[in-house]
Amino acid sequence: MYPSMTSIHPPSGDFSLTYEEIQRLKARSFEVRKYVLQMASRGGCFVGASLSCVDLLVYLYSKFLRISKNSLGDPNRDYFFLSKGHAVPALYGLFAVLGFLDPQRLENHLKPNDFIYWHPNRNIPGIEFHSGSLGHLLPIAVGVALDCKLRGQSNRVVVLLGDGELDEGSNWEACLIAQAYRLDHLILVVDRNGFQANAPTEALIPLDPLEKKFQAFGLSETTIDGHSFIEMERTFYKIPFDPGMPNVVIAETTRGKGVPSLEERVDRWFCKLSGEEVEQFIQELYG
Amino acid sequence: MNYEEWLTAVTLTDDRYVVLTAENRAAIRNLPEVLGDRFIDTGITEQALIGIATGLALRGRIPIVHGLASFLTLRAYEFIRTDVGMTNLPVKLVGSIPGFLSEGNGPTHQSLEDVALMRSIPNMRVFCPSDEQDMILGLQTILPDPSPWYIRHNPLPSPVNHAPFEIGKAEVIAEGSEVTLLVYGMLFEQALIAYQLLQQQEMSVGLVNVRTIKPIDEETLLKVALQTPWIVTLEDHFLTGGLFSIVAELFVRHRLSCHVLPLALEGRGFHPGSLPDPLYQEEMTAEQMVQKILHTLRRN
Repeated sequence: MYPSMTSIHPPSGDFSLTYEEIQRLKARSFEVRKYVLQMASRGGCFVGASLSCVDLLVYLYSKFLRISKNSLGDPNRDYFFLSKGHAVPALYGLFAVLGFLDPQRLENHLKPNDFIYWHPNRNIPGIEFHSGSLGHLLPIAVGVALDCKLRGQSNRVVVLLGDGELDEGSNWEACLIAQAYRLDHLILVVDRNGFQANAPTEALIPLDPLEKKFQAFGLSETTIDGHSFIEMERTFYKIPFDPGMPNVVIAETTRGKGVPSLEERVDRWFCKLSGEEVEQFIQELYG
Repeated sequence: MNYEEWLTAVTLTDDRYVVLTAENRAAIRNLPEVLGDRFIDTGITEQALIGIATGLALRGRIPIVHGLASFLTLRAYEFIRTDVGMTNLPVKLVGSIPGFLSEGNGPTHQSLEDVALMRSIPNMRVFCPSDEQDMILGLQTILPDPSPWYIRHNPLPSPVNHAPFEIGKAEVIAEGSEVTLLVYGMLFEQALIAYQLLQQQEMSVGLVNVRTIKPIDEETLLKVALQTPWIVTLEDHFLTGGLFSIVAELFVRHRLSCHVLPLALEGRGFHPGSLPDPLYQEEMTAEQMVQKILHTLRRN
């Protein structure tokens, strides 16, 4: 079973991570990034958007979410929804590390005998809902959070959104409803890597000041470095930030994080990599 | 018992049911007070409404979702297809004021392609009751059914006492050997009058209330095609994708040849007005339809 909320965060505890814990999280991130790069060699995938959220996913599943291999169908589990579905290589890589998924299956990427392709599929253990069409999973997460509240349960419902995805109006409809129903166990995590498919967000449809937009919609917002496990730990344990208000964590991240040749590149959204490139980029990961 | 009274009784006895609306409460005014937290109004947000219903269904609820048919099916179409249809979740969509029932609202509110849209969604089933009694009879079976459904809400009084409801079974009111009227939804009453008028002309007329558009009652439709040389399809819907299309698809697939006179709206909406005025305008009153039927049959 997964640990209870109190055992993760003892009320009087020290919320900074130990050196060993940080090293362990970094090692997980490294493994996940390697899987992402390897999947990009088998028909390509959305590498830039996957690498930017690896650290967030690793933190959430390792330290925050009460989700484990044996509790995937438990109605008391926490829920995680990947709304930016094109980042699924990062999630599948993490599932392989966590043992939800046999790592061998990642080699079935785009093969007809499995469900592993460019966006999430519910047949993969741990995927709560399929995504790919943007602006869908926040409304769905609001529905799940509403039901948890109706039943008096304390599940936390986390949605990872892309920043470009915030152009979609359905997200803002969902924010209005989430604040109206005071869903303070709903947590929006925005992977603020500054890019949408073909352009920097601020060059196309500017989102800034993004934090003020969320605040104006009645959500409680915190901005963090989305690659700092220490900042994540200091932030997520405070949830709910304000009782009665839905939570938003704007995580400032780097597109292509971890592979300098891919970082901050407008042209590195979807990547089809050769075997040599994968080797080169894995070397870059080592630094 | 009207729709609201019936829905209140059903939802109170089973807490899997949650009733949702995007601020469209006309048919369910008293429910919020009775149902408490299980009544969820999302405001004027059809897309998020469908997402939220999906989330509730993921948690084991059976959401009964109310919206104006045109906004529900058109504005939220991709949400219905992707969130509800593809995942085959038991979400029940109730589209109000479909077809002529939008009366004086005008073109924005005219839902005349909802049947075509909903029936093309994987797993989605479609029920178009002829009146309130028919609707309640159908919903008794449809609410507990595990599939997603689209229901064309119809609060009109019932001109007949309907037969028991079965998914995928049409209600055969009468069989005939010269012409059979196939109808769904609010035009049923006009079809019933037309049937009586044609009988007075000493014609052998059949009348079928199609009820579930998807799954369609293939057996009855094929039987009708063999029994009568002429079929008339009546619908307050565009010609494309509705009952006429279904009949045409079915007959071609079964290599059946039959004369079909389609009476539907062709490519444009109707002039807004209180019922029955739009029926006159669009020549879809019983008397006008009988004229068209007699003219067509005699010419051929």
